[in-house]
Amino acid sequence: MIDFELTPEQKEAVAAAHKIAEEMLRPISRYYDEHENESPKELINKMWEGRREGSLMGGIDMTSALRTEEMFWGDAGLALALPSPGLGGAAIVASGTPEQVQRFLGKYNEDGPKWGAMAMTETGCGSDTAAITATAVLDGNEWVLNGEKIFITSGKRAMVDSEGLVVVWATVDKSAGRAGMKPFVVPAGTPGAKVEKKEKKLGIRASDTVTIVFDNCRIPYENILGSPEVRKIDKGTTAGFKKAMATFDATRPFIAAQALGVGRAALDFVKETLEKEGVEIRYGLPRNKLSALERDVMDMEANFKAAKLLTLRAFSLMSQFLPNSLEASMAKAKAGLAITKITQKAVEIMGPLGYSRKCLLEKWMRDGKINDIFEGTGQINMLVVARRVLDFSRDQLK
Amino acid sequence: MISFSPTEEQQMIVKLVKQFANDEMRKIYRECDENDEIPGHIIETAWAMGLVSSGIPEKYGGPGGEHSAITGALIAEELAWGDLSMAMHILCPALAIYPILEMGTEAQKQKYLPAFCGDKFKAASAALLEPHFEFDPNSLTTIANLKDGGYMLKGQKCYVPLAADADPLLVYADLKGGTCCFIVDKGIKGLEIGEREKNMGIKALATYELSFKNCSVPKENRLGGDKGFDFNRVMNCSRVALAAMAVGMARAAFEYSRDYAKERVAFGEPIASRQAIAFMLAEMAIEVDAARLMNWEAAWKLDKKEEATKEASLAKMYADDMVLTVTDRGVQVLGGHGYIREHPVELWLRNGRGFATFDGMAIV
Repeated sequence: MIDFELTPEQKEAVAAAHKIAEEMLRPISRYYDEHENESPKELINKMWEGRREGSLMGGIDMTSALRTEEMFWGDAGLALALPSPGLGGAAIVASGTPEQVQRFLGKYNEDGPKWGAMAMTETGCGSDTAAITATAVLDGNEWVLNGEKIFITSGKRAMVDSEGLVVVWATVDKSAGRAGMKPFVVPAGTPGAKVEKKEKKLGIRASDTVTIVFDNCRIPYENILGSPEVRKIDKGTTAGFKKAMATFDATRPFIAAQALGVGRAALDFVKETLEKEGVEIRYGLPRNKLSALERDVMDMEANFKAAKLLTLRAFSLMSQFLPNSLEASMAKAKAGLAITKITQKAVEIMGPLGYSRKCLLEKWMRDGKINDIFEGTGQINMLVVARRVLDFSRDQLK
Repeated sequence: MISFSPTEEQQMIVKLVKQFANDEMRKIYRECDENDEIPGHIIETAWAMGLVSSGIPEKYGGPGGEHSAITGALIAEELAWGDLSMAMHILCPALAIYPILEMGTEAQKQKYLPAFCGDKFKAASAALLEPHFEFDPNSLTTIANLKDGGYMLKGQKCYVPLAADADPLLVYADLKGGTCCFIVDKGIKGLEIGEREKNMGIKALATYELSFKNCSVPKENRLGGDKGFDFNRVMNCSRVALAAMAVGMARAAFEYSRDYAKERVAFGEPIASRQAIAFMLAEMAIEVDAARLMNWEAAWKLDKKEEATKEASLAKMYADDMVLTVTDRGVQVLGGHGYIREHPVELWLRNGRGFATFDGMAIV
């Protein structure tokens, strides 16, 4: 039955997350935007306690989507900086054996705060992930990793500040193309994995984004994610690569939910400001009776809603373990672009308030933009959608 | 719990209507558009499916099924996928039936509903739009005045589907600053039905301009009696119906141009292999789905009997923009061929342009 009602548990989860966002994230939002090199230790510790109590984060269900939106309504950079297995965890869950999931994530919530990260992008390849040059060579019972990975979200927190891990994508056979691409788990403290340059970014400044250099970095054979059968690599199959892409089916809806949080923050701010000023948005009037401002606000609201419902649909399928590749990319493409436009429009509508760093609006515009870029740019997601609706392979639609 | 799956019963109705749209409507949509008419047998076949009458309670002679906005939206989408003119014609009687069913007095229900429980299609309609650019459903220029124990109607209406045969016809008019609705019987004195209108699209649907000159309607024919009716709800039900049709027609344009782009070869490969074309198609697919989901949410609120003006008006507005963009892209993907009347995309563009104008011309 088509239904849009949240369950009582979901309402509770949303309210709890909103309270954290409002009381713990918003008050320090500007500070950590302007102090890029400081870490919100108090927030991290409190949230880690919450995580260990099982009251926060985790899951791939509808509730996790709603909660994500609320947290990112509070602050995108801070929400990204919170301890979590992150994308590394998502890759382990998507590609790892049950034994590996248990080994790498089983004790994740014990002891101090920990982060997980994923290292895919290189200086020479971003969206074209099949072109990665980092190598993994089997030497006895160990893999030897070499290469440089950039734009790793929470990479420093995962590898330097905590006993976390990073999932690194490297090729075991360059001539095999995508088939040779495999994910490897590198725990913090592994010799030969060195965090270098910390990026200075347009937004989400509270979240660290780093380069990690792998220089003869040795990890146990068992740290390759997926089947141990990789010793005999079949050049014809791209199963490993497909698993990498399957990870995106799970992570892209989350990026969309994150975008929604930022977009709603901007939208709420605009609507509250207008209400305070006594400007009413009159729904249901004929178009030619509406002011330009009303049309802008309605347009923003409609696009927000469109993005949100596409996102919830992707989560709905995912939580039923149904294929959602098309819907995930639809949600990500729509939400990334819609929120970019909504936050930019909000800055415009609010005039001098919008552009000033006294308000958070300009920050949300900077923060929001990342959602149209990471985990696949808007264009890459359009490509995925196009291939799906056309039933075209990569070769048929490049 | 949030869910995007229609019930099994809804899926069955959708399947039935989809088949009808594909097997019957799609076969003749072009000649209907060229000849400005719809063969009667199509309308009768559709009527026999009980799409409109199924919600009439048993006590008025109907099957007593559930009347749901979501189900209505699902049906409207499929019919409009087949053809918009036919869809509007088929669903036209609902314009009178549903407001009477939901908001009429007991006497009005008894008088008017049984006539729509038969096997044969019976025309009924509603007149809301007025022929001036400042049209506003909340300040209509068609005026009603209480006079000699009846309501005197004066003013002009346009885009009234099936007005020549409609019995009854609901007429929306301003009564002391608010919008009221009157049930007008066929052949009433003072109602002049003009020439059939000539429009850019929906050519096969017969629409008319009406003029009311001292047309006196009995007092008991005011919809809902003296306490009136919930006009906002009627408008919202209309927005959901029209938005659903916009989604259905846009989906038709998307599917057609997608299939064409996979077949049409240029520079040695299908044009769909070029991102310029493929991205247009991807955007069309995304926007059709987005508009549908927004409209479902508005329909869901209506089914819960909640105030839905915000949701329904945003969904309609979004769908208005979406259907124009998508049908335009449909023509664009086909290029020169899209402009020729051998392909349906030019027809969908002409029809698609209408949605921002259409108001109160369909209802769920």
